[in-house]
Amino acid sequence: MKEKLIVIGNGMSGLRTIEDLFDIQKDKYDITIFGDEPHENYNRIMLSYLLSGEKTFEETIINHQTWYDEHNITLHKGDKVIKINKDKKTIISENGKELSYDKLLIATGSNSFIPQTIGSELENVIGFRTKLDSDTILDLISKDKTAVVVGGGLLGLEAAYGIAMHGIKTILVHRSGSIMSQQLDSTGGKLLQKNLESYGIEFKLNTTIEKIEGQTKVESVTFTDGQSVESNIVVFATGIVPNKALAIDAGLDTKKGILVNDHLQTSDENIFAIGECVEHKGNTYGLVAPLYEQAKFCAKKLAGKDSDGYSGSTLSTRLKISGVDLFSAGDYLGDETTEELILLDEKVGVYKKLVIYQDKIIGIVLYGDTVDASWYLKLLKEHTDISDLRTKILFGKSALSGDAGHGGNDIKSMSDDEEICGCNGITKGQVVCGIKENDLKTLGEVKTCTKAGASCGSCLGIVEQILVDTLGDEYNDTVEGICDCCDVGHKDIKACIDTNDFDNVYDVFKKLDWKTEDGCMKCRPAVNYYLLVKYNDDKYKNDKRSALVNDRVFANIQKDGTYSVVPRIWGGLTSPKELKDMADIAVKYDVPTVKFTGGQRLDMLGVKKEQLAPMWKDLNDAGFVSGQAYAKGLRTVKTCVGNQWCRFGTQDAMQTGIDIEKMTWGSWTPHKFKIAVSGCPRNCAEATIKDIGVIAVDSGWEISIAGNGGIKVRVTDFFTKVTTNEELYHYIKAIMQFYREDAYYLERTAHWVERVGLQYVKDGLLKDKSQVDFYAARFDESQRTAQIDPWEQSRKDGFTEEFSPIVIAPENSESFQAKETV
Amino acid sequence: MAKWIKITEVEKIPAMGSRVVQYGDIEIAIFKTRDNSIFAINNECPHKQGKLSEGLVHEHIVTCPMHNWDIDLKKGTALGNDSGCTNVYESKIESNIIYLNI
Repeated sequence: MKEKLIVIGNGMSGLRTIEDLFDIQKDKYDITIFGDEPHENYNRIMLSYLLSGEKTFEETIINHQTWYDEHNITLHKGDKVIKINKDKKTIISENGKELSYDKLLIATGSNSFIPQTIGSELENVIGFRTKLDSDTILDLISKDKTAVVVGGGLLGLEAAYGIAMHGIKTILVHRSGSIMSQQLDSTGGKLLQKNLESYGIEFKLNTTIEKIEGQTKVESVTFTDGQSVESNIVVFATGIVPNKALAIDAGLDTKKGILVNDHLQTSDENIFAIGECVEHKGNTYGLVAPLYEQAKFCAKKLAGKDSDGYSGSTLSTRLKISGVDLFSAGDYLGDETTEELILLDEKVGVYKKLVIYQDKIIGIVLYGDTVDASWYLKLLKEHTDISDLRTKILFGKSALSGDAGHGGNDIKSMSDDEEICGCNGITKGQVVCGIKENDLKTLGEVKTCTKAGASCGSCLGIVEQILVDTLGDEYNDTVEGICDCCDVGHKDIKACIDTNDFDNVYDVFKKLDWKTEDGCMKCRPAVNYYLLVKYNDDKYKNDKRSALVNDRVFANIQKDGTYSVVPRIWGGLTSPKELKDMADIAVKYDVPTVKFTGGQRLDMLGVKKEQLAPMWKDLNDAGFVSGQAYAKGLRTVKTCVGNQWCRFGTQDAMQTGIDIEKMTWGSWTPHKFKIAVSGCPRNCAEATIKDIGVIAVDSGWEISIAGNGGIKVRVTDFFTKVTTNEELYHYIKAIMQFYREDAYYLERTAHWVERVGLQYVKDGLLKDKSQVDFYAARFDESQRTAQIDPWEQSRKDGFTEEFSPIVIAPENSESFQAKETV
Repeated sequence: MAKWIKITEVEKIPAMGSRVVQYGDIEIAIFKTRDNSIFAINNECPHKQGKLSEGLVHEHIVTCPMHNWDIDLKKGTALGNDSGCTNVYESKIESNIIYLNI
C-alpha cells in the first residue's frame, strides 16, 4: 500500500518538488494535488509575456494534463483546500472532499499585498499574480483611459511594460526615488527608467496614490503630487504576503510565513511547506530559483533520503522585459566596508557594478550587458579571490584570456543560423529550439540533447548564455550532480571521500545515494581518481574498469580502432641509437604513420590492439618506457637547447627538463599535465602555454603556471622565482601535488586557477614555506608507487592477454572446438 | 542458419570488461557486467562505427569510446537522445562455456 501525499497548491514550487521526487523515487506515494486556479501548472513568471502578448497561455503551461495522467496524479483544479486537521491527518476542500494523508505538502504561494488606500476596495483594483489578473487587465485596458501601476519593483515594471505594449498610456507610481530599489542601485535604476520611458511608461517617483474614486469601479486616480487622471484600472504590485492562513488555522508555527526547517518540514513532521508561503531562517523568497532549490531538498526528505538540507539562497534577478538586459545578485548596495568596481557608459546604456568585500565579490549589478552574469555569480558563490582579476574583471571573462574561443560572445546579437558549436555544427537557433521543445533546464541537458558543447566544450560558455537567455529566471545554476547518476558536485564527493574510508568506487556511489549502481563514464573515472588521490597507488588499486579506453590500455585509440604508441623521450632528447631502435620496431610492426608530436617525441600511429603488448616488449627491451601520451598525468617536459649550445642560453634547459621529467613521470593528475623549460626569456620551448612553464633568467628560474595551448589559448600566470635547481624541483613537486589534491577531476590547471583564483594558489603554497615542503613531501610519497612503467607492468601481470581477439574459424566451428589464439 | 558456436570459458571475459570475438568477417564484443551477465553485440557503434568493446561498461550499457553514445547491451539500441541500433547475439552458458547464436 502506497503512502498518500496531498499537495495543496498546483503551482511552480509544489510541482517542481513532485518532479524532483520522481527523479529519486517514482512509486512511493499516491499523489493528489489541489489547486484553486482552474488550470494546470503554468509558469507564473511568464505572466508579463502573457500580458504583453508575446506568449500564449498554452506556451506557459509547464505540466500538461497528460503529465498528471502519466504519473497517476489526481488533480483537483479549481478546488481549494479550506481546512487541515493535523491530528486526524485529513484535509477538507471547498467542494466538500475530505481526504486523509500520510504526508502533506503546503505550496499555497503568496497573495498580492494591497496597502490600505482610499478607494482600494473598488472593483478593478487588482494585484498581478495570476492568469486571472492578467486576463482582467487585458479585458479592461482601453486607449482612452490611463492604466495605473503602483510599485516600481520587478513585478510592477513587468506589469507596466505588458500594458504599455498594447499602446495604453501607463503611469507607474513608486514610493521611493529610484525604481527597482530592491535589486538595483540608483544609477542602474535611472538607466532602466530611461529605457522603459521609451516604451511609453510615465514614471512618478517619490509619489503614492492619494485616492481612487468611482461608483463601484475605478473611475479616477489622484496622486500625492496633486495630479488626477481618468483611469479604469489600478494594478498594485507593492509586494506579496505569504499565504499562510490555512497553516495558521491548522495550528502550525508561522511568523512572516510558515516556519520550516532545512528539510522544509513545518512544526508538524508530516506536513511540509515550500515556496513563497514559507519562512526559512527568517527569510521569505519571492523568486523562482531559490524555490527550486528548496524543492530539491524537500523532495529528498519526502523520498526518505538524507541530505544536508537547504541552507538559504543567494538571490539573483533578471528582469523579463524584452530588450532590457538587467541582472543583479547578492548585496548590490554595499556599505562603508565594501569597495565597488564600476563601469558606466550612459550613451550605450551599459552599467556594471561589482561590490567587493575582502577581495571577493558579494554583489552584482549588470545593466545593458549581462553576458557575464553567470560567471560573476559563480565567482560570488564560490567566494573566489578576485584580487588578480580586478583590473580586467569588469570587461568580462573573455577579456581575461583575450580569446573567447569561438568568435564573439554577444549571443543576443547572434542570428539563429550562426554556428556556436564548431565540433558538432550546432547553430544558435538549434540550441534555442532544443531548449524550448524539450523543456531543457540545465547545461548538461542541453549538451546531451542538442550536442552543443558536448565535444571539446569550448562553446559551453556561450551555450550557457543561450540557456540563461532562453529560460530567464527559471535558469538555476546551483551545483548539480557531476552527471545524471547523482545530485552531488565534485566538492561534496571529495569531502565525502576525505572523511570516510572506501575500498572501491561502488561503495562511494552507495554512500552518496547514486541513482545508478555502476555510475557512468563521467562519474566513475572521477570517483576513481579521487580515491587514488586519497590513498595513492599502494593503498588503492587504480580501477582499470573505471578508466576510459586510453587510460585503460595505455595507448590512444584512433578513429579506426587502432592505437598510437608514444614512448618517453626524456626532455625531448634522443640519440641515434634510440632512433634506430625505434625505427626497427616501427618497421617490424609495419607502423603506417610515424609523426613527431608537439611534445618533442615520436608517435607511432595505426597499431592494432593485439600488437600493443609485443611492441611494448620490444620497446621495453630497448630501454623505453611508456610516454603516457594518453594519461591524465604528466605528459612531456618540453625543452629548448639552453646554454649547452645556444648563444643566448642562460641555464641548462635540456638537463633541467630531463631531471624534471624523471622526477614527475608516472604521476597522475586531474587532467593531462604538461611542463616546458626554456633556457632564456626568448622562450623557444613555449613554456608560457604549459601547465607549468619554467623560464631561465640569468639569476635563476621563473616559474609560471596554468597556461593552456588548446582550444582557448591561455598564457601562464607568474608564480614565483627561484635561484637554484633544487628549489625549482621542490616547487614543481609542490605545485603538482597542490593541484592534484585541490582541483576537480578533468579540470586543467588553467580552469582550476580561473575558478579558485591565482591568489588562492599562491596563498596555499607561498604564504608559508612549510606548505611547499608539505606538498612536495606528499608528491614524493605518491611517486614512490606511481613510477612504474604501465607497459611493462601490464604485460607482466597478464592484463594484456585480453587485448587479443578470440579467433574462431567458421569452417571449424560446427565441431564446437573453439581455439583461442593469443 | 544461425547456430550455437562455442566461444570460450566464462572467466576469459573480464568483469566490467569485454573480449573481442573474430568469427570470420564478423567482429563481436562479448561483455560481462557487474552482475556477471554475459552480452554479445556487434562490435560497431551505430553512430560512427566505434569499437564498442573498448567502451566503459555500466549496468547493462556500454558507452562507446568514440563519441560517448550509450548502447543497450541487451537490445543493441542507442539510448537517450541518440538513435540507432546494432546487432546483438543470443548467448548461453553451459558447463562454464559461453556459446553464441550466430
